[in-house]
Amino acid sequence: MDILSLVNALPGAAAQGLIWGIMAIGVYLTFRILDIADLTVDGTMCTGGAVCIMMLMSGHNIWISMLAATGAGMLAGLATGIFHTVMGIPAILAGILTQLSLYSINLKIMGKANQAVNVNKYDLIVSLRYVKDVPFYQNTILIVAIFIVVLIALLYWFFGTELGCSLRATGCNPNMSRAQGINTDVSKVLGLMLSNGLVALSSALLAQYQGFADVNMGRGAIVIGLAAVIIGEAIFGRIFRNFALRLVSVAIGSILYYLVLQVVIWMGIDTDLLKLLSAIVVAIFLAVPYWKAKYFSKPIKRGGNTNA
Amino acid sequence: MLEIKNIYKTFNPGTINEKLALDGLSLTLKEGDFVTVIGGNGAGKSTMLNAVAGTWLVDEGQILIDGIDVTKLPEHKRAAYLGRVFQDPMTGTAATMEIEENLALAKRRGKFRSLRAGITRKEREEYRELLKILDLGLEDRLTSKVGLLSGGQRQALTLLMATLKKPKLLLLDEHTAALDPKTAAKVLDITDRIVNRDHLTTLMITHNMHDAIVHGNRLIMMMEGKIILDIEGEEKKKLTVRNLLDQFEKASGQEFSNDAALLS
Repeated sequence: MDILSLVNALPGAAAQGLIWGIMAIGVYLTFRILDIADLTVDGTMCTGGAVCIMMLMSGHNIWISMLAATGAGMLAGLATGIFHTVMGIPAILAGILTQLSLYSINLKIMGKANQAVNVNKYDLIVSLRYVKDVPFYQNTILIVAIFIVVLIALLYWFFGTELGCSLRATGCNPNMSRAQGINTDVSKVLGLMLSNGLVALSSALLAQYQGFADVNMGRGAIVIGLAAVIIGEAIFGRIFRNFALRLVSVAIGSILYYLVLQVVIWMGIDTDLLKLLSAIVVAIFLAVPYWKAKYFSKPIKRGGNTNA
Repeated sequence: MLEIKNIYKTFNPGTINEKLALDGLSLTLKEGDFVTVIGGNGAGKSTMLNAVAGTWLVDEGQILIDGIDVTKLPEHKRAAYLGRVFQDPMTGTAATMEIEENLALAKRRGKFRSLRAGITRKEREEYRELLKILDLGLEDRLTSKVGLLSGGQRQALTLLMATLKKPKLLLLDEHTAALDPKTAAKVLDITDRIVNRDHLTTLMITHNMHDAIVHGNRLIMMMEGKIILDIEGEEKKKLTVRNLLDQFEKASGQEFSNDAALLS
């Protein structure tokens, strides 16, 4: 139990947490705003990385590669959206179908289960080698943090527009939305595309960071995303009311998840059990609001306001 | 303004729960008509409104709003012509959004939603003025979440949203049924004021015979998916609950069995 090895591992954990934070923001959009648990992300969390790495290897610019990765994620979201709205498949199942087909697609994109890039040969934006002992402007933590700030600013703007408001209304009350002339099917598809685009971007960053894309890198991504959303809400839910701050809290939730994970690993837990632990923690946190309402609900105030 | 031509709707066809909900229903509303609709449970009142609103498509027949054939149009497209208030106060508003955001959503009904601002400063002032006519103090709570409002406040807000962009037809589906009597009276009063101010063509379902008689210029009674009684003008003004019941028994050949309607 060498405390120094833990301290040394923390910056890397923070960087990874930030990268997953972008993914968690994507999950927040579907889970909290559209009120859909979208399981596509387990597949998209590999697709983005796969597209990015393969484009890099075929000589494309890193920014173009990341843009293409984001686009691929949006296509995955479009597929889930079509399954759900045009074909009437329940949202969870629609996501699982896309996720499963993405497994094959990801293999076909990469040609094999794993593709690595050498950080010395390619011009990567982020890497686990850029966490320490590099000029601050090259530091992965700073670069991903800038990504997150820009993305949150864009999302904050978007959800304030007419189109963004119609997406929020769709998630909140689809009946009312249709009565106000909103095509709720279009809203859902757009939301799924936006969310999966973000997840694929996160995946592209993660693949660069770890130096490879792997067909299993997205397994259980939805649980990590939900964990980040829930941790963020549990800690900041009462003080962060503003939409942009809520997204910030999701990103912080993701960092905390990875820091705690690092501590747990440092304490010497069997790493095979990590996914089981994550699942249990998320299950308990999802149950808390339900238990609260069921067993600890306060009696309704009688009398009081007689105003209409 | 509204023409319903011989529409049919069967729910759960081919199953043991098969129900013929609309049985060749026809109805024509003139511009400015304020029609109240009464009838027992399962008479097809809400079904008729949902058919007009496009919640689902009818099996047969035709629906025209202001001469436009909307029979095959999906719900969100018909919304451009309609204002709707539902029975459940939760249905008409988005609880997690602010009062002004809800109004801004309604303001854009029937328009293409682009990447322009979802709400502008000028609109806020407009909404503040509009909320004043409700006399519920909502004009000072523009940025409150709608989920914090009472049922009556939410229905009044939904009414305002339904009429913010003048609809060709206002559909009220027992919009006061879930409210206590005092609040219901207030919401009905607001309804009357808005309908009269904007000369709105209105179809209002109610389970309250007294309300059906007092409000509007025309009254229809439904039974088994058809209109069995249609009273308007001077004749409607002279109606009482008692002689409405007599007319119902004559038209239907049975006694009126809806306690809620009799007791109020």
